[in-house]
Formats: sequence, C-alpha cells, structure tokens
Amino acid sequence: MAVLEQPRQVGLLRRPTSLTGFWSWVTTVDHKRIGILYFWTAFFFLLVGGIEALVMRLQLAHPDLELVTGDRFNELVTMHGTTMIFLAVMPLSSAFFNYMLPLLIGARDVAFPRLNALSYWLYLFGGILLNVSWLFGGAPNAGWFGYAPLTSSVYNLGRGIDFWIQGLQLLGVSSLISAINFIVTIFNMRAPGMSLMRMPVFVWNQLATSFLLLFSLPAVTVALIMLMFDRYFGANFFNAAKGGDAILWQHLFWVFGHPEVYIIILPAMGIVSEVLPTFSRKPLFGYSAVVFSTALIAFLAFGVWSHHMFTVGQGPVVNTVFALTTMTIAIPTGVKIFNWLATLWGGSIRFTTALLYSLGFLSMFTIGGLSGVMHSAAASNLQQHDTYFVVAHFHYVLIGGALFGLFAGIYYWFPKMFGRMLDERLGKWGFWVMLIGFNVTFFPFHFLGLLGMPRRIYTYPAELGLARWNLVSTIGAFILSVGILIFLVNVWKSLRYGEKAGPDPWDGRTLEWSIPSPPPVYNFRRIPYVHTRDPHWARKYPHLAQAEEPPPAATAADSEAEHGIHLPSPSYMPILLALAITVGAFGGVFRNVPLVALGVVGTIVSVYLWSVEGEGGIVVEPEGDA
Amino acid sequence: MNEREAARAHGAVRGHAEAHGAHEGAHVVPTSTYLKVGLVLAVITAVEFGIVYVPALKPVLIPLLLILSAAKFVLVAGFFMHLKFDRWVLAGFFAAGLILALGTYLGLGAIFAHRGG
Amino acid sequence: MAEHHGTGGHALQGPARGPGAAQALAVGHPQGAGHHAHSEVGVTGIDNRKLGMWLFLASECMFFGAFIVAYIAYQGKSLSGPTPEELLNIPLTSLSTFVLLMSSLAMVLAVQAAQQDRQADARKWLLATALLGLGFLSFQAYEYTHFIHAGLTLSVNLFGTTFYTLTGLHGLHVTIGVGWLLALFLRSLKVGLGRAQALSLELAGLYWHFVDVVWIVIFTLVYLMSVLG
Repeated sequence: MAVLEQPRQVGLLRRPTSLTGFWSWVTTVDHKRIGILYFWTAFFFLLVGGIEALVMRLQLAHPDLELVTGDRFNELVTMHGTTMIFLAVMPLSSAFFNYMLPLLIGARDVAFPRLNALSYWLYLFGGILLNVSWLFGGAPNAGWFGYAPLTSSVYNLGRGIDFWIQGLQLLGVSSLISAINFIVTIFNMRAPGMSLMRMPVFVWNQLATSFLLLFSLPAVTVALIMLMFDRYFGANFFNAAKGGDAILWQHLFWVFGHPEVYIIILPAMGIVSEVLPTFSRKPLFGYSAVVFSTALIAFLAFGVWSHHMFTVGQGPVVNTVFALTTMTIAIPTGVKIFNWLATLWGGSIRFTTALLYSLGFLSMFTIGGLSGVMHSAAASNLQQHDTYFVVAHFHYVLIGGALFGLFAGIYYWFPKMFGRMLDERLGKWGFWVMLIGFNVTFFPFHFLGLLGMPRRIYTYPAELGLARWNLVSTIGAFILSVGILIFLVNVWKSLRYGEKAGPDPWDGRTLEWSIPSPPPVYNFRRIPYVHTRDPHWARKYPHLAQAEEPPPAATAADSEAEHGIHLPSPSYMPILLALAITVGAFGGVFRNVPLVALGVVGTIVSVYLWSVEGEGGIVVEPEGDA
Repeated sequence: MNEREAARAHGAVRGHAEAHGAHEGAHVVPTSTYLKVGLVLAVITAVEFGIVYVPALKPVLIPLLLILSAAKFVLVAGFFMHLKFDRWVLAGFFAAGLILALGTYLGLGAIFAHRGG
Repeated sequence: MAEHHGTGGHALQGPARGPGAAQALAVGHPQGAGHHAHSEVGVTGIDNRKLGMWLFLASECMFFGAFIVAYIAYQGKSLSGPTPEELLNIPLTSLSTFVLLMSSLAMVLAVQAAQQDRQADARKWLLATALLGLGFLSFQAYEYTHFIHAGLTLSVNLFGTTFYTLTGLHGLHVTIGVGWLLALFLRSLKVGLGRAQALSLELAGLYWHFVDVVWIVIFTLVYLMSVLG
C-alpha cells in the first residue's frame, strides 16, 4: 500500500505521518489498531483483577487467617470489582466493538476516528489513575458501588475514594464518547444495502449497549459529582447531619448500575449470536426475535434499578413493582436462549474452541440467570441480600456469561485480528480447565451464601462451618488461573508459530471474512454491496441463500479503488487531550489547584487545536486485486 | 460521478437519494417565524412572572406553570433547534433521552419521597 | 508506489468545509464511509457530527434530570435557613431568563445568516449571542454574591447544596457555550462565517439552545414554584 497524498499541515504540531513504529501506535486513529490496544490493555487489567481475586481467595481459604489486614481486604474487594467491570470486561467488549464494527457493516472506519482514539487514551489513563492509588496512601475501599456514607470524608479519610471518583469520571467520559461514536457509525456508515434488519446481531447488541451507556452513565456521573462536592467542598448530599440522605446515592448509582449489568452481558450475547450460526452452518434462528429481545432488554434495564435496594425499606408497593419488572427481563432473555438453542438444532456442528466457549456461555449464563430470578423475588431477596449467594449469582453472569462469551469472541476473531490461528488443542484444554475451575470456585458460593456468609468479610471464625466450601473455592480459583495461563501460552505460541489464517478460516458468514486477515488499513478495497443477511455466506453459496436483489453492475466505490482511498490522518491530539484531562483529574485527587488549572488550560488548548487541525486525510492506493 | 448519481447507483438505502437532494438545513424558515417564536417566548415568560403573584391562581399554579414551561421547551426545541423541520431520527433520539429521564427521575423522586414520608 | 495522483489539491484539512471542497472529496462515495474531512452525510441523510451532538444532548437530559430531582427531593428538608422563599428573586431571574431566551433567538438568526452566506449578519448575531450569554452569567454572579452575603453557602443546608450544584453546573454549561461561541467568532475573522462554516455554527447553536431549554425547566421548578413555599 502506498500513501498517495499527505495532509497539508495546519495547527501547531506537525501531523504525524508514519504508519509503523511506536509513534504510529500513539497517534493512530485506525479502529483496528485502537481495538488491538483495547484488547491488550483490557487483558492486562483482567490479570490484575485476577491476582487481586487470588489474594482474597487465599485469605479466605482458612478461618482466622491474617494474610492481609481487614483494611487491605476492603481495598482488594473494591479494586477487584472496579477493575473487572470497568477496566477488564467492558474494555474487552470495546476491543471487539472497535475492531469488528466497521468490518461487520462494511465501512472504512468509525464516524469519529480521533474521538475513538481519545476514548482509548482516557480509558488507559483512567485505569492507571485508579491503580496508582495503591502507591499513594491506599486504594479505594468502599466497594465497587461505593455506598454513602462509607465514602464520606468523615468516615473515609484517605485519598482512595478521591482516586475512585476521578478515575471513574475519566472512564465515564471515555465510555460516553465511545457510545456516541458507535451509534453514529451504526446509523450513518453502513455499506449500501445494509438496512438495519440486515445488520449482524453483534452490531445490534453493540447498538443496544451504546444506548444503555449513553443514557445510564450520566446518573453515575452526577452521583460522583455530588460525592466529590460532599468530600471536597462540604456539600450535604449524603450528609445525614444536615438532613442529607445516603439512599439518594443508592438510587443514582443503581440507575446507572443496573443498565451497566446489561452493558456487560449484551456484547457477549452478540458474540455468541455470531459464533453459533458460523459453527452450526445455519443462519441464526429467529433473527428478528433476537433483535427485538435485545432492544427490550435494553429498555427494561432502566426500570429495575430498585431491585438492588429491596432491603432499604421502600415498602411493599415499590418492592413488588420492581420485582415484577425484574422478572419481566427473564422473558426476552429466555427468548434469546431458546433461539440460540434452536440455531444449534439440526446444524452441522463443528466443536471448535469458540463454539465450546459459546456453549459454556449458554449453560453457565442460564445458571446465573436462574439465581437472578431468585433474587428478583423481593421476599426471598431479603434472605440473600449481601450474602455469598449474590456473589455466586453475579460471578456466574459475569464470568460464566460475559467472560466466556468474550473468550468465544477471542477464539473466533483472533485469526482475523492477528492473521494467525489460535491452537485448537490448547484452546480446548484451556476451556475445560477454565470451566471446571470456574464451577469449583463459584458453585460453593451458593452454599456459603445460604449458610449466611456475608459479602466482603475478610475472615471468619472456624465455628461458623464455612471453612470447607471456602477451601474448595480457593482450590477452584487456582484451577481457573491455570486455565487462563493455558490461554496465555496459547496466545504467545500462536502469535509466533500459529498456522496462518486465510481470509476465511471458519467458513464465515459476515463481511469481515471477505477481506484478508489481518485486514488492510482501508478494510475494504471496494465497499461491498449488501443484499441479504450474512452477505459473505450468500456470496459463497448463492444456492443456499436467497439474495433479495442483485447488486448493481457498477458501484461508485469502484472509482474510489481506482483513484485511491481516503483515510483519516493520524493525530497527536487524542493522546494530548486525554493527558490534559488526566492531569486535571490527578490534580483533583491531591486537591492541587495549580495542577487542576494546568489540566483545564491544557484541555481548552487541546480542544482548540483539535478542532483547528480537523480530521485531515491521506489518500492510499490499495494493493493487490482483492 | 456526482453524489446523486452515486446515490442512485447504490440505491438500496432508503431515503438516501432524498437526503442528497435536500441538502442539510436547506429547509428555509423565514426570519419572521423566528422572530414570532422569540416574541411568544418573551410573552410566556412575562405571563409566568405575572401569574405567580396572583393569589387566586394558587390552586392551579403548578399545572399552569408546567404547561407554560413545556410550551417554551417545545418552541425552542421545535423551531430554534429545528426538530420540527429536521429528520425524525433526531427528534427520536432526543425524545428517547427526555422520556427516559422523565420516567426514571419521576419514579426515583416518588420512591424517595414515599420513603421519607 | 509513492506516486501522486492527479486530482490533488483537495482541501483535505479542517476549516475549509465549503460545498466545493465536499464535492472534490466525494470520490463517488456518498455513504461517507471512506473519507473523514468534510460534511459527512451518512445513511440517515444527517451529518455525523450533528447526529453525535443530538445524542450527546439526549444524554444530557439524564444528567440535568438527576440534579433537578435531587433539588426537588430535598426541597423543604433543610434543617436550617436560609430558605428559597427568603432568597430567590423572581423579578430579577425573569429578566435573566428573558436575556437567555433572546440569546437563543440571536443564535438561530446567526445560523440562518450563515446558511444563507450573509457573513456580516452571521458574525453580528453570533457576537450578540455570546454577549447575551455573558449577560446571563453576570446576573448569576450577582445572584450568587448576594446569596452568599445572605448566608447561603454550599454547605450551610440542603437548599444551598442542591441550589448551587444545579444552577452552578448549568452556569458552567453556559460558560463553556460562551467560550465556544467566542472561539467561533474569533475564528470567523480568519476563515469567514458563511455556508462553509454553517454546520459548525449550527452544532454550537444546538448546544446553546439546549442549555436554554434546561434553564426554562430550572426557572419554573426552582424559581417560580418557590412562591408555593
């Protein structure tokens, strides 16, 4: 590929031009590279969160252990939850959102390539900010939902909560920008012919996730601003001494926090909806039903938040209403599960690792879903609230559901992203070890919860009879870790020696399999014309699919292939703007006014330079005759 | 090839060709319309200011004020923000945010007040 | 391979957003999926940036809604004074509301002038919008000073806490808006303010009107309804 035309220089900084090397990654606006950055960063944080979990499991392996102090344990609980949700699982979904979305809808990039880079850098810096708290006098310690008044400056003197506030705000801005970017991309940049109802189901799930982020994030942003005002300037939002009410925090947090649960699970559902048809060699069963169920889940997600608060004394009417809305969510979820099963039914199934993880998702998520329905009954919830039963439930949903789905996505799309196959034999070993380790770790939590073991305790006396299942769980956690290690070995080995993946190693159905692996920077030499669902499949096997209309003879994109393809230029501005914002946030943590001022001025200057610079553009000549 | 021909060649995406025919923001709203809307906004504000001091209106003041401010809201969003003339999808997005916010926070407020009292 | 191709001279960079430039760039690709420099009218027939701005504003409804509900939920729950009835000045705020409404009118006239390529008018109305915005902020500064002298601080009671955060964050939005408008004005001295810049101006306008609309709600719920005690 040759760069035919470079941008005219506008603005202070010379526009970066190199397409390889360190700076090309720092300044990249290519959705594929940003996806890869998300991928490795998220995986790194997954390991960090995993190590925190292992320390906690060791501490709980036996009664009355003092491996870590109670204070340290509080920090571990908080950082494990915060890390896994905001720094590992969500960004791992984001990796696929970034990398796959333009490929799946036949576009050259997302709508706002520089904002996409900004999202990544804000995520990275937010993650770093949260984690350096360990070095500056203590990590956040009030649980991942940071209930007031545990977070107030009266009861929580360290800087941990300040790190938590500023870090989560950075991550929130990052996610909000991504959400807007993806929605605009999905609405505006589909290839010709790809109507909404021809989009891959993964894209539908991405759309639903983005809308959830768009409308739920502001609630937690506001809650964090209120908390910041309480801590920094003596406001009274959650200060009972002046009439404030801690329950307000719970409401605002869960208005965000419950949609967040679907923000985590919907991407995995999207991946499974792509993997199952591919390896059953059948179209997804009940496409429209799955799409509408996705939309319904997203909508209902906003009407259930108070089921996290059944025990605060809202009265029978409120509890009943929220119990009912919560149970309603089981309906669209059930529709999806039956559609996935029906997709498998009668298919010529290939048991690849990706399919195994999808089946793991189906079974484990169903277990987590069932305990979720148990929680939704307000009366029984009173018994389960804040016990290990709840911990069992959300780990089945988050690991057995979201993470297994994401692993299916890794095994499925790794060849596309890196051009090499992951080893299937190691993959299957890894899957079974992870599945067994996962169940040995978390199934006993159900028993522990029913025995009355509360969440977040750092130790327990022997007489309570909790020792046996805790030990089993700790052993399971190490088996699970071995499964992750096998995966890491597989990645390391496959990146070096893995079999080269052709463009279409799985006999895939969607557009990404019609282009080389990894795809060239411009993705599609010619923008495809889409005349059916599963367009790549229809092109390969026209007799199996009904094309609804023939593609036009000559498309405008042909002339583009002749004259060169326009791509956005790399830019320094995304990382500079993210840095400026982070400096401000860091100053906020230390209540350092000059540093905050520096951050604000840096942000204003960066925004101005950003807008003066414009998207820019280079023209590249596609190579080969794809 | 110009944009319109290209659009026709691609053809399949509904509404696409019209999109290029009617260029963004090309819908002409006469200046007088904006001035009229501005005048109405000013008048409503004056009326709001007046009625809060009329004791006789006290019992119906809340619905009255809500209707008046909703009218201002709709005028600004519809005319100044062009929602009335733009594509429905924009109004759809905004309405989604507005309705979710109304639903969520009315519910939240009600639960919160109920618990307090 | 590094051969320059003949159609060169595309104005590939930022500010030149004229229809001519857009045409030069549209190498027969109406979906806008391939290039990123200019008017990016996509499948929906709406520019990417405009669609993005509306999504952001939709999200802002959830943002301001939360502060409004906090204000209302804590109404009458303050354990000590000063109270809203004692302090809130409805005549003065009606005036500042009028100023903000008129700034919206000026804004829409600026956008209209830019779309019709009446550059001088556009610049005049843009400056008027920014100045009216500054006028609104002056009212707010006066009000805050007065309230603080009367003993209402952020931490004195729940009214202070919820009032200052709600109106303060609205004021911050206005401030950002004024900065945005002034930046557009200064830039217009260099690159003009006609059809080519109309979309940039329209985006700032959408934000500005939204801030106005939020104030319409705050004015009613916080100020006017305070007479009910």
